[in-house]
Amino acid sequence: MLPKELRESLKDHIANIDHPRELAVDVMFTLQDHYGYLSDEAVKEAAELLEMTPLEVDEIATFYTFVYREPVGKYVIHVCDSVICWMDGYESIKDCLCTKLAINVGETTADGLFTLLPVCCIGYCDMSPAMLINRKVYGHLNPEKIDSILEKLKAEA
Amino acid sequence: MKYPQILLQNRKPDRIATLEEYRQSGGYQALADILEKYSYKDVQEEILESRLLGRGGAAFPAGTKLMSVADDASFPRYIVCNADEMEPGTFKDRVLIHADPHMIIEGIIIAGYAVTAEKGIIFIRPEYESGAKILEREIDIARQSGYLGKNILDSDYALDIVVHRSAGRYICGEVTAQLSALMGKRPNPKQPPPYPTERGVWGMPTVLSNVETFACIPHIINNGPDWFKSLAKTETGAGTKIFCVSGKVKRPGFYELPIGTRLSEIIEEHAGGMRAGSEFKACLPGGASTQFLPKELYDIEMDFDPLREAGSRLGTGAIMVFDHKTCLVAATLNLIEFFARESCGWCTPCREGLPYIRDILWRIENGEGEEEFMPMLERMSKHLWSAYCAFAPGAISPLQGLLAHFKDEVLEHISQRKCPFK
Repeated sequence: MLPKELRESLKDHIANIDHPRELAVDVMFTLQDHYGYLSDEAVKEAAELLEMTPLEVDEIATFYTFVYREPVGKYVIHVCDSVICWMDGYESIKDCLCTKLAINVGETTADGLFTLLPVCCIGYCDMSPAMLINRKVYGHLNPEKIDSILEKLKAEA
Repeated sequence: MKYPQILLQNRKPDRIATLEEYRQSGGYQALADILEKYSYKDVQEEILESRLLGRGGAAFPAGTKLMSVADDASFPRYIVCNADEMEPGTFKDRVLIHADPHMIIEGIIIAGYAVTAEKGIIFIRPEYESGAKILEREIDIARQSGYLGKNILDSDYALDIVVHRSAGRYICGEVTAQLSALMGKRPNPKQPPPYPTERGVWGMPTVLSNVETFACIPHIINNGPDWFKSLAKTETGAGTKIFCVSGKVKRPGFYELPIGTRLSEIIEEHAGGMRAGSEFKACLPGGASTQFLPKELYDIEMDFDPLREAGSRLGTGAIMVFDHKTCLVAATLNLIEFFARESCGWCTPCREGLPYIRDILWRIENGEGEEEFMPMLERMSKHLWSAYCAFAPGAISPLQGLLAHFKDEVLEHISQRKCPFK
């Protein structure tokens, strides 16, 4: 269940708009931030808030890259595998992340901290190879840099 | 060569330009002028006369688009700024938002006035969350300064702008898909008619253009259409262009240059030349959905017409440079993988065709190619043109460029039964 305060603030937000559906992504992001991912329960709650059916919410939830319908780690790493990053060493960056985190692409570490996902071009081709962690960009990646990024995030967790 | 900086004139190395800095450079003067002296038709005429073509990839004349909203079209009308740039190699919208957000905001207001829009939306991809926050903050500042809201600068014109966050899919950059996304529907494209300028967001007339297109508009109003045309190096061109250069060059980055600047000059002078040990082999001139340009076209003028004549497109002006050590079969495989993943899956040619092509290319790259694959690739490429929207013809462009200019490289993979670059 959503805390009352969060639910009320979403309701207020929705009440101020002509067409509640316009806020579908915002509501999904808010619920995802709260639950850690967009659970089935969250889909139902979003539907109720947006005056949509759960199916209609799921139809868009499953469409988008940054809506997670399965549990993910505290930090979601989206590593860019499009053409410029690919040319500048995506494979070795991905391998390095897999080794350091001891997971494969698409998996979450046992401590629940990191999920590793490939992603299409993130618009940082001038800093390739690049990745996003919780939508913050890290560019010009190399193994040493990845070490220090992961260590810092672990310390902050 | 140094060229006048128009769109990036207020860019700072480490922060965005403030409203005050934008004003000092002549910002919001164009808005004040049109509200005082121009009818909405005058604004449409000025923009048409300037020959401003859409900078998001499709190169549609911005003036014609504004004029396609009928005089008696219903209200409320929408003006939408597309900041969803997901074309691989492209990051100019990100740069513009972080350089001078009020230039974009003023462009949206002026274009909005040209079609009497009262609702403005900036549609932005989730990868640009910092940009979304900047825009929300600066829109607030613009509102407090009387540039947005009711009675803008004490005129009768009213417009407000909201930032709409997307959750990330390439297809959302397509106009009709973006309109569906804005309405909280699954963003499958729709085939016009009706055109968005007749029935767009919630069935209302909607004009949708790219960030860079909007950013040009205040300057056209301030300096006139002839000035805008004179910025270009080519006879038929107009304006400057932010070229995003990436790949095997010394200085990947963004460069605001006259439309029509030669590719060789962009690479050698502005992007610092090729990296040590790299020779120019090919580039994609305008993002992933354009055709490869081979070395024979290294001197081409980077403008819409010359690139169209060469069988490619200026697209978003994102120049991705490949060197002689890069396998273009593998590069095309990567690009097709991108499109196969990002296809919305709505229509058959795109949904089925792209994975099929990916499979054939994968086999060729991994030593399992057969000569009979060549006519199959040609045939499949043609089928993709019968898809529902422009996504599939764009997706197939690099492959068509590969077959047109680098057929020998593909055949070498097949005859050697391996990738010659490995």
